Amino acid sequence: MSGMEDTAAAPATRPRRTGWLSLWFNRRGWADITIATPFLWLVVFFLLPFLIVAAMSFALRTSTSPPFSFGTDGHLLSLQNYARLLTDDLYIRSLATSLMNAAVATVVCLLIGYPMALALTRVSRSARNILLMLVILPFWTSFLLRVYAWIGLFGTNSWFNRGLTAIWNALAPADWALHSIQMMNTNFAVVLVMVYSYLPFMVLPLYANLEKLDLTLNEAAMDLGSRPWRVFLDVTLPLSMPGIIAGGLLVFIPVSGELVIPGLVGNPSQPMIGRVISDEFASAHDWPMASAVAVALLLLLVVPMMLYTHFEAKAQEKKAMEP
Amino acid sequence: MDSGIKGAPLAAATASGAAGGAPFIRIEDVSKSFGSFQAVRNVSLQITKGEIFALLGGSGCGKTTLLRMLAGFETPTSGRIFIDGQDMTGIPAYERPVNMMFQSYALFPHMSVEKNIGYGLKHDRMTDAQRKDRVREMLDLVQLTPFAHRKPHQISGGQRQRVALARALARQPKLLLLDEPLAALDKKLREHTQFELTNIQHKTGVTFVVVTHDQEEAMILSDRMAVMDKGRVMQVGSPTDIYEFPDSRFVAGFIGSITFFEARVRSVSGATALVEVPAMQTCVTARAVPGLAEGALVTLALRPEKITLSRARPEAANAFSGVVHDLGYFGKDSLYKIALPDGTTVSVNSVNARRSGESGRVAVWEDAVWLSFEPDAAILLTA
Amino acid sequence: MNRRPTFLLTVLCFGFAFLYVPIVSMMVFSFNSSRLATIWGGFSTKWYGKLLENDQILAAAKLSVEIALISATLSTILGTMAGIALARFRRFRGRMMLSGMVTSPLIMPDVITGISLLIFFIMLKEYTGWPAQRGFTTVTLAHISISLTYVTTVIQSRLSQADLSIEEAAMDLGSRPWQVMKDITLPIIAPAILSGWLLAFTISLDDVVVTSFATGPGTTTLPILIWSKVKLGVTPDINALATIIVAVVAVAVLVTGIAVNRAERRRDRDARLAYQANE
Repeated sequence: MSGMEDTAAAPATRPRRTGWLSLWFNRRGWADITIATPFLWLVVFFLLPFLIVAAMSFALRTSTSPPFSFGTDGHLLSLQNYARLLTDDLYIRSLATSLMNAAVATVVCLLIGYPMALALTRVSRSARNILLMLVILPFWTSFLLRVYAWIGLFGTNSWFNRGLTAIWNALAPADWALHSIQMMNTNFAVVLVMVYSYLPFMVLPLYANLEKLDLTLNEAAMDLGSRPWRVFLDVTLPLSMPGIIAGGLLVFIPVSGELVIPGLVGNPSQPMIGRVISDEFASAHDWPMASAVAVALLLLLVVPMMLYTHFEAKAQEKKAMEP
Repeated sequence: MDSGIKGAPLAAATASGAAGGAPFIRIEDVSKSFGSFQAVRNVSLQITKGEIFALLGGSGCGKTTLLRMLAGFETPTSGRIFIDGQDMTGIPAYERPVNMMFQSYALFPHMSVEKNIGYGLKHDRMTDAQRKDRVREMLDLVQLTPFAHRKPHQISGGQRQRVALARALARQPKLLLLDEPLAALDKKLREHTQFELTNIQHKTGVTFVVVTHDQEEAMILSDRMAVMDKGRVMQVGSPTDIYEFPDSRFVAGFIGSITFFEARVRSVSGATALVEVPAMQTCVTARAVPGLAEGALVTLALRPEKITLSRARPEAANAFSGVVHDLGYFGKDSLYKIALPDGTTVSVNSVNARRSGESGRVAVWEDAVWLSFEPDAAILLTA
Repeated sequence: MNRRPTFLLTVLCFGFAFLYVPIVSMMVFSFNSSRLATIWGGFSTKWYGKLLENDQILAAAKLSVEIALISATLSTILGTMAGIALARFRRFRGRMMLSGMVTSPLIMPDVITGISLLIFFIMLKEYTGWPAQRGFTTVTLAHISISLTYVTTVIQSRLSQADLSIEEAAMDLGSRPWQVMKDITLPIIAPAILSGWLLAFTISLDDVVVTSFATGPGTTTLPILIWSKVKLGVTPDINALATIIVAVVAVAVLVTGIAVNRAERRRDRDARLAYQANE
């Protein structure tokens, strides 16, 4: 009790700084600086470059330097690039290849990743930490080298190829027997390496979601007469939908614009859209066309992204309504 | 339940016999261990059809494990459980005629109230119309018809509890398990819900087994209860049996508040015993219990409301004196802490029957007072 | 519920085999004495020796680490600011725009980021004369831009989990807002800042697509070098390089993981002891 009186009796000795600069800094300066610095950075190094690309997609290719100009065909904004995008087979085919490969890779990732994530929630806590670390570990190693690791396995002389060939020859009719399986430069290789590289991106959000699920809900469903498989369908699966969507987008979006994997193990005659953009730009020197393809791809990816944010917002809303 | 008059019941055997009828649920020598931890040790219980039976105990006493074994979420390490004559060993949760109301309610967040209640009916052979009728009936029973289409997060805690109850009752289980049914509700709602639960039980006639750590909840809800400690059943009986005739220090101390005195038996004559209590500096008479031997050390236990407080020495035979050490005023009654000469503190409850200001109190701090009690009021414990 | 989830555990084992067999195979073949990268010709460590004599690789590795150190540090500073702004300043003009700019690079394929930055650098040079040549600076700037998003996300999510009331307590005890930030908030999110930095460092060290657009002649980072070598086929010295990288990363991740695990366990035990002491 007496201690309180002492404190009250002591004079307020807080130093007062009255300089306008420190006053400004204390009031709002520090906040302004905190907001403005990253803001300006992003405007200059993200928004501006992107706006240039967006504008560029309405320009036309010229042989000047830099190789583009606006308004050469009479209109300031030309839609010619976009028209070509819809008519030229190359773009449509490469886009279809990209989306197809990305979709297959995403589904396969989900089919492997979901049981993995579910299994991770069912092992003991100490084992779980180690296994989670093992899921993340490849992510920290070089992406390029992980793709490279597969090139070795795909080779016709590798133990992997020979093993698969042996299995094929044992199972398939004798007429279809192969000396080796052509894996390099196929869409199969592309999808396989995509699944391999992006599997952690599926497992981690799914695990984060599944781990939060209340296991008493499973018990409740079982108590009400559901067999384990039914419990999964009725309770676990619908409640893990946000995790499935998050994981799916985290795989699908980067995979559809992937440049490295198809570049190293893909079929050069069946380019994916990332390759097309990069070739238009670097080899064909058609900056406007490259920009138009890029914008089109972005638009295609924005739709699933908006779906995702929609689901996220709904989940947040639900949480907010919880007392 | 007036068994109190007949004298102390002989725990399990007498108590289950008193309720009448053949045992509906038989738990026979059930034990459960998790690794080296023994959660439930050799528990045997018999529960009669249509009664509300409470499992009461502190955290870690094994009551929840026992409940989960009844539901089929855990398998007993040894022993058997029979429900309506059927051995439950090896029968999974989804095939048992048992449903559970979870402590967290475990409502499916992605289903409406209606869907939640109807969920268990999906697995029963019935037409859609029957199913709908049943859901409507249950909604009616718990008075939630207007909320049928809401999601669980859109209704209040009390309403959620009723959805959980309706969902568990919808399948017409032979046995309903309730895990801390009132723990998540606020005080006012609890009182209301307690009576509602008993009402619904009477209406449906389903046997209830309630797990709770709250003695008051167990007292009000249950017809009979089992007090558990460290995996063992300490005593089984009606709420009155347990409160007025505990047969061990643990049970006496767990239910309500009580003061224990070390005592030595001087003599036993028929229904009464004369015991010497050093802390009271006198000999007192108390109702005898089986197994009292002259000269044996026993415990004499007194509940605060059974002691009368007075300024002057009372006529009663069992009287002793002390000094008011502390007092608390609770409105309807006051709680006194009386210090005896040897330092023992005795709790005394005195009902404030008359309206009076602070000056009207029986005693205030540092006053010397007399305490007395009827021979019937004291509990003698040999264990 | 005592069933063992056999199916799930089988898939888990299969999944881990899938994740690790290629890496292990690559590591094994780094000790292959044969020049043919896929046929075993006996044990040898000669490729490691060759690697250490390869000045080109060593120079590229050094350059990559330098760029990664600078870009990770700068993007951590910027990302922390953005994370604080988004998580703690409820309302300010341009909030929507900032959060949009922070999250949209997540859905931007690397090719598009790379091309837009390259066009931007070229245009910038056209009008201002800077940067005269693409290289170290432009790569670093590009790396900051791509890792900024990730750092911000890490910081923001950590901040949104942090208990606001202790910041309010500090304010109640007389701290000005930025002192609260300095004395309370930053120490609390220090682990998140560290993991953000590590993430940025890894992203920079690993990036090949954006780098290939932002770089210029003479500036060859390690991934760019590996990329050009790998395009020519599998060679044992790359196996050796990969083995070294995987080993370094594995040791680093394991050490951090064990340290974090141990700290967690100690905290749990302390809490339990304290709880028991109070019983």
